[in-house]
Amino acid sequence: MGIQLHVIPENEPVLLMYLFLSNNVLGLEGEFTKFTIPEAEKELGKLLKENSPDKITMINLSGIQSIDSAGVAFLDEVHQHFGEQSGILLFKGANPEVQALIDTFSTINLDTVVPNRQMGFFEKLGDDAINSYHSLVEALTLASEIFYYSASGLFSHKGQRKGSTIQQGVLLGSQALPIVALLSFIIGFILSLQSGVQLKNFGAGVFLADLLAITMVREMGPLITSIIVAGRSGSAIASEIATMQVTEELDALRMMALHPIRFVVVPKLHAITIVMPILVMFSILVAELGGAGIAVLLLDTSIETFVSRSLEILTIKDIIISFGKSIWFAWVIVIIGSFYGFQVKGGAEGVGKATTAAVVSSIFAVILFDAVFSLLYL
Amino acid sequence: MIGEGIITKEPVIRIRDLVAKYGELTVLDGISVDIYPGEITVILGGSGCGKTTMLKNMLRLYEPAAGSVTFWGEETLTMGENEFYEVLKRTGMLFQNGALLNSISVYENISIPLEMHTNLSRKVIDRIIRVKLDLVGLGNAIHRLPSELSGGMKKRASLARALAMDPQILFCDEPSAGLDPVTSESLDTLILNLKHQLKMTIVIVTHELASIHRIADKIIFLDGGKMLFNGSLEGAKRAGISQIDHFFEVGRF
Repeated sequence: MGIQLHVIPENEPVLLMYLFLSNNVLGLEGEFTKFTIPEAEKELGKLLKENSPDKITMINLSGIQSIDSAGVAFLDEVHQHFGEQSGILLFKGANPEVQALIDTFSTINLDTVVPNRQMGFFEKLGDDAINSYHSLVEALTLASEIFYYSASGLFSHKGQRKGSTIQQGVLLGSQALPIVALLSFIIGFILSLQSGVQLKNFGAGVFLADLLAITMVREMGPLITSIIVAGRSGSAIASEIATMQVTEELDALRMMALHPIRFVVVPKLHAITIVMPILVMFSILVAELGGAGIAVLLLDTSIETFVSRSLEILTIKDIIISFGKSIWFAWVIVIIGSFYGFQVKGGAEGVGKATTAAVVSSIFAVILFDAVFSLLYL
Repeated sequence: MIGEGIITKEPVIRIRDLVAKYGELTVLDGISVDIYPGEITVILGGSGCGKTTMLKNMLRLYEPAAGSVTFWGEETLTMGENEFYEVLKRTGMLFQNGALLNSISVYENISIPLEMHTNLSRKVIDRIIRVKLDLVGLGNAIHRLPSELSGGMKKRASLARALAMDPQILFCDEPSAGLDPVTSESLDTLILNLKHQLKMTIVIVTHELASIHRIADKIIFLDGGKMLFNGSLEGAKRAGISQIDHFFEVGRF
């Protein structure tokens, strides 16, 4: 009683493998390798189903011609399965070469490994909640440290390199000017075009100036600029700090008695605080330029009327809020970027993750805070 | 005894019951060591025994879970940040992969501690940088970026930076790891010179046997987070501790 099986994997010679079952003895013959084991498992299942033996007490290995780690793992599985049923299970007759491989690859006598336990749903939920809480506490601690050192850094430049604030200002600010200008112009243009057509229908084309001024100053200026800065500089800050963490540069700074926050983060915060309102102002002006184009070309408003209406409708409060929130957004971007940078774990992959997380979180936070500001100061 | 001096010397660093943990895993379990001035102390043991962890914990690059560490008699683990920085200014560290700031040149890397902690003029700083680089044999690489240096050169540049402030204690994290035997030997010679000429106290983490034989005055042998031996190299070999015997046995060629 036996079943012959031909397994023909790609580019492999024909492999032969037999499984026998007689009385309480399971016989194995042929090649038991990673190419034949899948079939062997199926065949064993079939054999047991068709013959329903009460128990198996011996496995005859004398027919095995070759075996590899998959084959030994299969034997171990069989061993474990029937060993539990019959209480005793003998392996017999393996030739020395096969026996040597079995001895090498067998997992039977390995120390029980601590299983990598999967967490249940609620356990995972609780674990996530605790981790989020810890992250929040860490982020707030970092934020307070950054603010503390930035404030004290205003009065003494201890722990910062000379010229680093200016260097960061150029990096974070003036290099962002072209992209801010381009996007702001396009958005001002589109906004004016869409609303200009509607306003024209009502003969209210002259109000375009009011609409654009309010929208740009209160909302779009700070928002567009912050999103660009988050994308450009949030990612740069996170990846710079993360890389320094991974290559032990932050440890090296500490060993030179230099505080990483003071040395790396404070110049960035100072620079961005100065640069951000300038970028926002620039963004608003360029957007107004686009709007003025539409007003003059499409709505036949004179440029004087456009400018004077824009200036009339704006209050000092609008401008203060605009700059206030742009500075707040800038701080949020620096803090989130630094947070993910300092938190990094692992090598190059960790740096990539930190960068992505920093950009996504800071854009999210900017929009969220913008909503809060809008609700507070309607 | 006069002349011997070792007994009467006060330890520079005194570590008591240092416990270090990563999460719930205890990496160091109650290490107590004295490190004496003017000596080269080697922390050794197999991979993963806690050598680098011990170094980083005593320097608070990681905060230890428990224990006490004193530098020059002052407890540092409970010290305020600024106070501890004053201690760190009297030390230097050679990192395993150099840990040079990658965006700036070798010159600027060495310049940083000097310009940040002193009011020296640029001319004086220039000279200090040149002599420190010359000391480590990197005089010609002064304006190169760290990415343009080989592994051994990075380590030497890192050593020059560690020496910038004329530290009293030098820490080295696996100085010879990943170096060819010749470069490794020249680095050891350099370290020996620092000890002899500048009377520096040096703490080195390593598992290179050749290096240990060349430079070690005292060794601290770690195994599985515990300290098995603390004393002279000969003492360690005579102590009859199986792990240590095995370590030296296997490494012999």
